[in-house]
Amino acid sequence: MRTFNYRRRKLTDQVMRGLSALATGCAIIPLIAIIGYVLTIGAGAMSWSFFSDVYQPPSSAPEPTADKPAPAYDPNDPFADISVAPIDAAGNVDPTVSVYNAAPRGGVLHGILGTLTIAGIGLLFALPIGIFAGIYLSEFRNERYATIVRFCCDVLSGSPSIVAGVTIYVLVVLQAKQFSAVAGSMALAILMIPIVTRTTEEMLKLVPETMREAARGLGAPVWYSTLTVVLPAALPGIVTGVMLAFARGAGETAPLILTVLGSNVISMDIFKPMAALPLLTYRYTESPYPGENTQAWGAAFVLMMLVLLMNILVRVATRKAGGNSR
Amino acid sequence: MSAMILQELKPFYGKRQAVKAVNMELASNQITAIIGPSGCGKSTVLRCLNRMHETIPGATATGTVLLGGQDIYAADVDPTMIRIKVGMVFQQPVALRTRNVYENVAIGLRLQGISQRAELDAAVERALRSAVLWDEVKDVLSKPGTALSGGQQQRLAIARALAIQPDVLLLDEPASALDPIATASIEELLVTLKQRLTIVIVTHSMQQAARISDETAVFMVDVGQNQTIGELVEKGQTTQVFTQPSDPRTESYISGRVG
Repeated sequence: MRTFNYRRRKLTDQVMRGLSALATGCAIIPLIAIIGYVLTIGAGAMSWSFFSDVYQPPSSAPEPTADKPAPAYDPNDPFADISVAPIDAAGNVDPTVSVYNAAPRGGVLHGILGTLTIAGIGLLFALPIGIFAGIYLSEFRNERYATIVRFCCDVLSGSPSIVAGVTIYVLVVLQAKQFSAVAGSMALAILMIPIVTRTTEEMLKLVPETMREAARGLGAPVWYSTLTVVLPAALPGIVTGVMLAFARGAGETAPLILTVLGSNVISMDIFKPMAALPLLTYRYTESPYPGENTQAWGAAFVLMMLVLLMNILVRVATRKAGGNSR
Repeated sequence: MSAMILQELKPFYGKRQAVKAVNMELASNQITAIIGPSGCGKSTVLRCLNRMHETIPGATATGTVLLGGQDIYAADVDPTMIRIKVGMVFQQPVALRTRNVYENVAIGLRLQGISQRAELDAAVERALRSAVLWDEVKDVLSKPGTALSGGQQQRLAIARALAIQPDVLLLDEPASALDPIATASIEELLVTLKQRLTIVIVTHSMQQAARISDETAVFMVDVGQNQTIGELVEKGQTTQVFTQPSDPRTESYISGRVG
């Protein structure tokens, strides 16, 4: 009897363990597939000029050099537009070469700068609001109000990002009659605030109550113990939340279509349309040129690397700053 | 002379009264021990003495607690000012994370606006010496406070409380998380400290109360039909309380029959 039970329990344990491992595998398959696919195809678009250059229209013409400058524009020549005309190395129109097959040219520097700017300004909007709201929820407990705020945060973080885009489109873009980077930042801030708020709250709650009491027992007002004792102790966790918010914002496409519109050149005027990596990915994916389709994967790859790099940099920085904490 | 006088002090958690009205006097420059079984409200009463009780959501207290003739529960009193005069040390040794040993002690001084390096240095050293910790940590002042041992962290907490020179020091089971050697060093420290200030210590250990305290207050739990409520049953000279208790409940508690 005893042996039977033991074997059965052991079998159940092994089956459950196997099922858990299987489920974990299933859960990470999409992740690995996406990263692998982006890496393989996106790597085809990688070159130095992909990071240092902006948009270049597809063309089969060779890159102009000092001894072979681009041919002068002739308005009477129907093929004179070098961006579409198949022109061979000698400068003659070559009908066997199609622009359709042209190798991708140009890069996504404008998208990199645009994404950093738009998501960065979005974070500037979201950080103070999110962190102070998180502090309020965790440290100044007014339960009824806190429950409402918490509920709204959860609804907001679960709502589709296009809703944030439409809201800013109506409230800002239509009013100003101008697509702009800063409008995009506002839309992203709406998506970032609930993430920053909730992680700040959760991380502050993890700080032991004894630390608060120790500070309060010295006559410290709540704001003082929060700023000098509780917040520093929770900082590494809060930074993680902020990075999550940045990654979420940097990867959003839908709200940007309705707010920043996109651009083909480097524009640092935040009150004008701007390029962004997700927008380039979206645009290039729809492009009829295979070269640009490849660049879409490249842009996605750069976006992933950008978020990863930011993550690593900020983690190294906070580990140094809070270095004596462990 | 009494450092603090409690008159009709009634602590509440929400609507529930935790302890029956407390009336007692805490003698200056003496160690008063508060003993009693779990749930009798001894920590609650202690926390009322520097208005830390009300930092728990829903907790309130009524009555009068006189500190140097001033009622700390008067309407115009800022609780943070009371906590500067009445310091507190908690059960769990607390070293503030992200702060080194020096800053762990200096925080209370900085809070009061002292930022002159020389003044801070002197006050930190004085506090660490008073807590008999200076010789052990003088070379590791810039190390994290959490790197110290449990006993050292508790003396660090005492140094932090002493740095702002309070009139009264409240200790809530300060040695219950420590080993016997660390406990002995804390007890020794408290006995030397009573020359300078008034000490109130909540303890589970009757031996500890007997060893170090001058006066002892005994709290008991009164289990009623609807609610349990704490109650001060006896207060007097420690030798008196332990040898000739006036209340039969005290006698059964200290002889180990209850609690």
